[in-house]
Amino acid sequence: MAMNTQGRPTAPTTPETSAPETFTGNRALQIEEALLFEIGRNDVTGVDFDDPAPFTERLGKHARKSSIDLPGLSEPEAMRHYVRLSQKNYSIDSGLYPLGSCTMKHNPRINEKMARLPGLGDIHPLQPLSTVQGAVELMAELGRWLLEMTGMTSVALSPKAGAHGELCGMMAIKAAVRAKGENRNIVLVPESAHGTNPATAAAIGFKVVTVPARPDGTVDPEAVKALLSPEVAAIMLTNPNTCGLFERDVVEIAAAVHAAGAFFYCDGANFNAIVGKAKVGELGVDAMHINLHKTFSTPHGGGGPGAGPVVFSERLSAFAPLPFIRVEADGPVLVENESELQAGETPFGRMVAFHGQMGMFVRALSYMLSHGADGLQQASEDAVLNANYVRAGLRDLMSQPSGDRTCMHEVLFDDTFLDGTGVTTLDFAKAMIDEGYHPMTMYFPLVVHGAMLIEPTESESKASLDLFVATLRDLVMKAKSGDVERFHQAPLYAPRRRLDETRAARSPKLKWEKPEPWSEAAE
Amino acid sequence: MRFLPHSDTDRQAMLASIGVASVDDLFTDIPADLRVHGLDLPKAASEISVERTLGRLAARNMPASSVPFFVGAGAYKHHVPATVDHLIQRSEFLTSYTPYQPEITQGTLQVLFEFQTQVAHLTGMDVANASMYDGSTATAEAVLMAHRVTKRKKAILSGGLHPHYRAVVESLSDMAGDVVAALPADPTSTEDILATIDKDTSCVVVQSPSVYGHLIDLAPIAAKAHEVGALLVAVVTEIVSLGLVESPGAQGADIVVGEGQSIGNPLTFGGPYVGLFATRQKYVRQMPGRLCGETVDAEGRRGFVLTLSTREQHIRRDKATSNICTNSGLCALAFTIHMTLLGEAGLVRLARINHANAVRLADSLSELPGVSLLNDSFFNEFTLRLPGDAAAIVEGLAAKGVLAGVPVSRLEPGKPELANLLIVASTEVNTDEDRAALVAALREVL
Repeated sequence: MAMNTQGRPTAPTTPETSAPETFTGNRALQIEEALLFEIGRNDVTGVDFDDPAPFTERLGKHARKSSIDLPGLSEPEAMRHYVRLSQKNYSIDSGLYPLGSCTMKHNPRINEKMARLPGLGDIHPLQPLSTVQGAVELMAELGRWLLEMTGMTSVALSPKAGAHGELCGMMAIKAAVRAKGENRNIVLVPESAHGTNPATAAAIGFKVVTVPARPDGTVDPEAVKALLSPEVAAIMLTNPNTCGLFERDVVEIAAAVHAAGAFFYCDGANFNAIVGKAKVGELGVDAMHINLHKTFSTPHGGGGPGAGPVVFSERLSAFAPLPFIRVEADGPVLVENESELQAGETPFGRMVAFHGQMGMFVRALSYMLSHGADGLQQASEDAVLNANYVRAGLRDLMSQPSGDRTCMHEVLFDDTFLDGTGVTTLDFAKAMIDEGYHPMTMYFPLVVHGAMLIEPTESESKASLDLFVATLRDLVMKAKSGDVERFHQAPLYAPRRRLDETRAARSPKLKWEKPEPWSEAAE
Repeated sequence: MRFLPHSDTDRQAMLASIGVASVDDLFTDIPADLRVHGLDLPKAASEISVERTLGRLAARNMPASSVPFFVGAGAYKHHVPATVDHLIQRSEFLTSYTPYQPEITQGTLQVLFEFQTQVAHLTGMDVANASMYDGSTATAEAVLMAHRVTKRKKAILSGGLHPHYRAVVESLSDMAGDVVAALPADPTSTEDILATIDKDTSCVVVQSPSVYGHLIDLAPIAAKAHEVGALLVAVVTEIVSLGLVESPGAQGADIVVGEGQSIGNPLTFGGPYVGLFATRQKYVRQMPGRLCGETVDAEGRRGFVLTLSTREQHIRRDKATSNICTNSGLCALAFTIHMTLLGEAGLVRLARINHANAVRLADSLSELPGVSLLNDSFFNEFTLRLPGDAAAIVEGLAAKGVLAGVPVSRLEPGKPELANLLIVASTEVNTDEDRAALVAALREVL
């Protein structure tokens, strides 16, 4: 052990065994936190109200007869409870978040500030339209930007997330098929697609037929043509695809699909790669959703809210759902009801109550205005640059399923490089947690064995990527040198070790239950 | 560009490492004739410039907090404690993804477990999911779930269901090949829904309080539905009502869906909000959406994970119970924090103040000449018959700086018999002065 001249250790001793347990179970800044239901009390509140003046109830016979059982916390208790819980989360603000196909980019705080302006955050969807003309104009402006970026004809802003946008697009396609008096009930979906694609098609009664992928994960136009028939309503294609590759034959596929009388739905989850680089309208796309919570930086919030506006080609525009913005000579108009329709407007119905995710519209437009045409294009270029830089840094050590080739905004590895090491993709991902990184998307796309899909986004600096690449290289070397126990044990330093998901699913415990009296007595 | 870290020197060094000369060499998979060179959009803007642009748009709107405000019909102006907005803006909550890596997302997962428990207790149900997009989409999903459970295809919608919810259910069911029998608009709560329930019925969808504010006795509807093997789907768009009103679960509902916006979430012109979805234990595997469950880690410590994912699209693909993926995590967090601050004591008091304000307002307004109240029972919202076109009157009141409510014609256009009806809501934000302002302004325009 290194000592200074006074005999004081200058380096921490390496413990022979694991750190001793603490009385509380806490580990310094990492605090164990009980459930609300274990620390709250039904008669405690953190909100003060004045009592109402005496009045006569008008609840009829509907008054609640029993307790709700909702424990409360005072304000300081609530603050501490949720701050401590927050400290158990990884976040893009605290580190690189390379989840492929999720586009975890920086979330600018100006967006949050704008969404909270009273004129945007504190307006009601059903107050008179004369009192919300700025909101209508904002929606029109967002639509204008989305249409210019995609080269499409019209936009449905109301879908509430990516999968909801898919549903909207496929409902428009179904309406268009019906309008032609046809009975097409098959939707083609490549095997590399997100699960939401087949789930969406099936939800509205389509039969899903899988299109096989080429070895590199792209779609072969010949494979599509072989499946096209008068029964086929549409193809759902992700471009760039989930292997991080641009579908080079997309125009040929679109032409074949159209020639067969079908429609081309594009999953826009990976739009961040091509903003300002290609317009999907020119690729033959008929409908595409745009995840504002991916490409346009609205925060993911631990699982939403998102927003999934859908852009349509001329062929589908008439079927866009209510409500929509009609741009008239003296300004944009919010069309809410069928009674307001004009000739050529045949919406298939309505996706949501009210008008969609206004809070997300504000944030996305704030992002777009900040970037401008030049910044949006630069962001896509940097996103692609970063993914390729990671690829270049790892290509000699990690295996790519279709060889080393240029990727778009995300780079895909398989688990061949782990062959014979005893380390799985899952182990590798969990070891990244101990190194302070959120793992990449793993085991997706399904077409690749042990897939690891890395999307660094444009938000990462070169220095950040250099450390990330160095860390992965070190992990690969450790796995190959037989230092595998750390992988099997990982994560060791997270708030929790690996969790027993089988147990969770076998006997689901989905809410807190008061402990049985005997177990209280046993304590 | 302040959000992009690279200098041009960085970019050149990175291109050299990759082994290409220019960034264009990374886009060669896009056919050359399809590559875009410039968008017809403005150039990048500074933060101060963005604030000006969006500030100008915001200034053209009339915020709820700036006027006496009585607009409801599915979205409500409530006071949200400052603590809520502070906590949901913590980086670790705001900028985290869906908790796919539970070891480093226990914060989000424990919050979801608390959310599920709170929603189950409020609705009187066994189990709730981790949220839906909003109340309307949750209702449409409930109808699809009832079809899966009962293997029947006909849903009956009460005429007290919010017309937007009805339209969402009809649109989705139509595409899914199901039948929807929607009863006519029921502003007086006099429909005979029991007579419409038959052995082909998969579910009856009833909103209480109804969009017109009436409290509905769900128990007999549940009994009749169960008698023929159908489910009762109860819809609650004003969740604060459950502080005073009997829960749908206690009245026999099989699925309870709701809009949770009132707790923790601002109006924001209609979204994002948070859909609530709760049901009986026996139907849990037919539920849509994410579920958080309790388990243990490798050291035996309690922890939480997303569970029962074999129902979900990323596992089951075209056999999934729903296509939902991203839902309303952050809005659910806001709901949970606000509900935790309230506790049962606070929620009941909040509900009493809402009810008291609405009772006083209803009494004052129905004394005006030609104005009559359609409700025998209500919580914080009721429907008035006015002596003239309600939309025109609301417009006149807006010009006087009072936002008076939702004319029924906004939701049910082209129905002359509904044109004079106005839905009015009052919450804890309304003062005696607000009430006096509405009464005085309405007296003037009538």
